Amino acid sequence: MKLYSGNEMVAEAAIAAGCRFFAGYPITPSSEIAERMSKLLPEVGGRFIQMEDELASMAAIIGGSLAGRKSMTATSGPGFSLKQENLGFATIAEVPCVIVNVMRGGPSTGLPTAPSQSDVMQARWGTHGDHPIIALTPSYMREIFDETVRAFNLAEKYRTPVILLLDEVIAHLHEGVALPDPDEIEIVDRKKPTVPPEEYEPFADTEDHVPPMANFFEGYRYHVTGLSHNQKGLPTTDFEVVHAIQVRRQKKIDEHLEDILKWEEIDMDDAEIAVLAYGSIGRSATDAVRELRNEGLKVGLFRPLTIWPFPEQRVAEIAKQVKTIIVPEMNLGQIVLEVERIAKSDARVIGINQVGGVMIRPREIVSRVKEVA
Amino acid sequence: MAFNYDEYVRTETIPHMWCPGCGIGIVMKAIIRAFTALQWDKNDIAFVSGIGCTSRMPGYMDMNTLHTTHGRALAFATGIKLAHPEKHVVVVGGDGDATAIGGNHLIHAARRNIDITLIINDNNIYGMTGGQYSPTTPAHMIASTAPYGMVEPNFDIARLAMGAGATYVARETIAKGIMLEKYIRTGMAHKGFSVIVAESTCPIQFGRRNRLADPVELMHWVRDHGVPKTKAAKMEPDELQGKFVTGELVRDDSRPEFTEVYQQIIDQAMKKGD
Ligand SMILES: Cc1ncc(C[n+]2csc(CCOP(=O)(O)OP(=O)(O)O)c2C)c(N)n1
Ligand code: SF4
Repeated sequence: MKLYSGNEMVAEAAIAAGCRFFAGYPITPSSEIAERMSKLLPEVGGRFIQMEDELASMAAIIGGSLAGRKSMTATSGPGFSLKQENLGFATIAEVPCVIVNVMRGGPSTGLPTAPSQSDVMQARWGTHGDHPIIALTPSYMREIFDETVRAFNLAEKYRTPVILLLDEVIAHLHEGVALPDPDEIEIVDRKKPTVPPEEYEPFADTEDHVPPMANFFEGYRYHVTGLSHNQKGLPTTDFEVVHAIQVRRQKKIDEHLEDILKWEEIDMDDAEIAVLAYGSIGRSATDAVRELRNEGLKVGLFRPLTIWPFPEQRVAEIAKQVKTIIVPEMNLGQIVLEVERIAKSDARVIGINQVGGVMIRPREIVSRVKEVA
Repeated sequence: MAFNYDEYVRTETIPHMWCPGCGIGIVMKAIIRAFTALQWDKNDIAFVSGIGCTSRMPGYMDMNTLHTTHGRALAFATGIKLAHPEKHVVVVGGDGDATAIGGNHLIHAARRNIDITLIINDNNIYGMTGGQYSPTTPAHMIASTAPYGMVEPNFDIARLAMGAGATYVARETIAKGIMLEKYIRTGMAHKGFSVIVAESTCPIQFGRRNRLADPVELMHWVRDHGVPKTKAAKMEPDELQGKFVTGELVRDDSRPEFTEVYQQIIDQAMKKGD
């Protein structure tokens, strides 16, 4: 058992997952990730660079990944905003990479040193245009390790950027954790083309909708562009081609929900009230649900680890089962909108929303549940 | 026999999208001749650009090509170079792409002295978006956002690159294709950050507005604003007003190159880990 902060844990896990390139720009409360990566990467033959800004950092990790290195950047609120254009590039060009956003209160410079969960919608829709995305929201130290590894694996498997959404509470919390043995860690690498270079189509549809990816310098000389492109990668404005590729990109996520979605449920079997919470508030909610159960209330917890794509089907089932879903989050109401949309009129949806940089504590959840029970 | 450019071109992508008389083609040909002269294996080259007319060039080239976001080509290229320091990374961009939105990346790539070659097609205008002024539009020239003439002072890109620490800097007009090719070739072979400014033409967006619509006339106009380095050395500052100096302006092999320095760090760190 060793003591780690959440940020340090991300760095350890990234190295374990095979990350060999990091580009970043310092910003509180994410900076320790860059600091730790600058130390760890050269030890394993990888490279670290502190770029001139966040746009450049995002650009550099896309370049690094195209050239075959598993790549990551880390940032917080304003930096995440700056990365959005190139994040969109990574989705259209289908470049695997991991972006950590240790959320902080905003808008703008907001609350640099206090926790927040106000970037969940930015993670989904921050860049322009239609595109799929994967975002993960761990709550505990060991989970940060596992979800960081999973972020790299999902990025490689689905040729997509994956966002790891942390908040200041878990990023700066120190906890003792036992890490898995290196050979117990499952590592996924991008699927490589098996056809000769002349036949390679880097954006062709395949059975799983994820085209194999050749790295630069491996003899497959193809074109990568942020413009809408055909299966070969060359720019096109042909309606049918553009439409088909956009739909295929969406399908590669939509048709693998079972593999991508992950959540934890506590006491949901007979629950009449469900609490849905993620990140550090998932911890508060866990304590709250335990306490309420001890008092005899039929309350359960649904804690999504994959926040995007949203576990829509399961939440719809829960809405049919329970009378009320309570969604505590450190924003003025973001995921609660998603839950309302899915629950329709099957369950009453109530948000507990608090900004200002103070965590929502178990007792606030407990008292709200009691009010509505 | 005429030079065969096809070896480095994705011939199936031709015809290209550039206007008749555009200067970009001359720069592209100089780049291809430089690649040929250096005999670089196409599989070992990453050819990267941002956004703009110039930045469409990688799409036509048969190598590992990357057409990125506006202004960010050097940052993407930095990631590629760090992933594979032994490979060749070449970036091409327009004046707006490389010095306005991409200006910050330009000075920092120069500061790091990373082994990337940047070729700037400076046509004094934003071609792709319809002739708005750029940081290099000369004084009083007309642009779609400078209907009364350019009011801002313009960058001297070569001096900017030198000031920031680029270890190879050259400038030539597209009227002198052979010299341009030579500088591009030397810049590519140079270990460190190299910048070659090709003073170029956009007859459609720059020329037409400035009574220089004829491509040849515009090329001569550009050529006549260039002063060779040796001649410039003997000229007074006010004689050089509105002109730019051409030739090999810096060639410095003394500064360490970034990826080599980083490799030493890796070697040390890995030894410690043993
Ligand atoms: C973030 C962003 N801002 C603006 C644009 C619009 N835009 C496209 S090309 C261009 C300027 C191109 O001019 P230059 O770089 O000089 O290249 P040229 O077309 O003259 O070769 C601009 C402003 C964009 N694509 N992205
Ligand atoms: S607009 Fe200008 S720079 Fe663009 S292709 Fe036409 S002539 Fe060339």
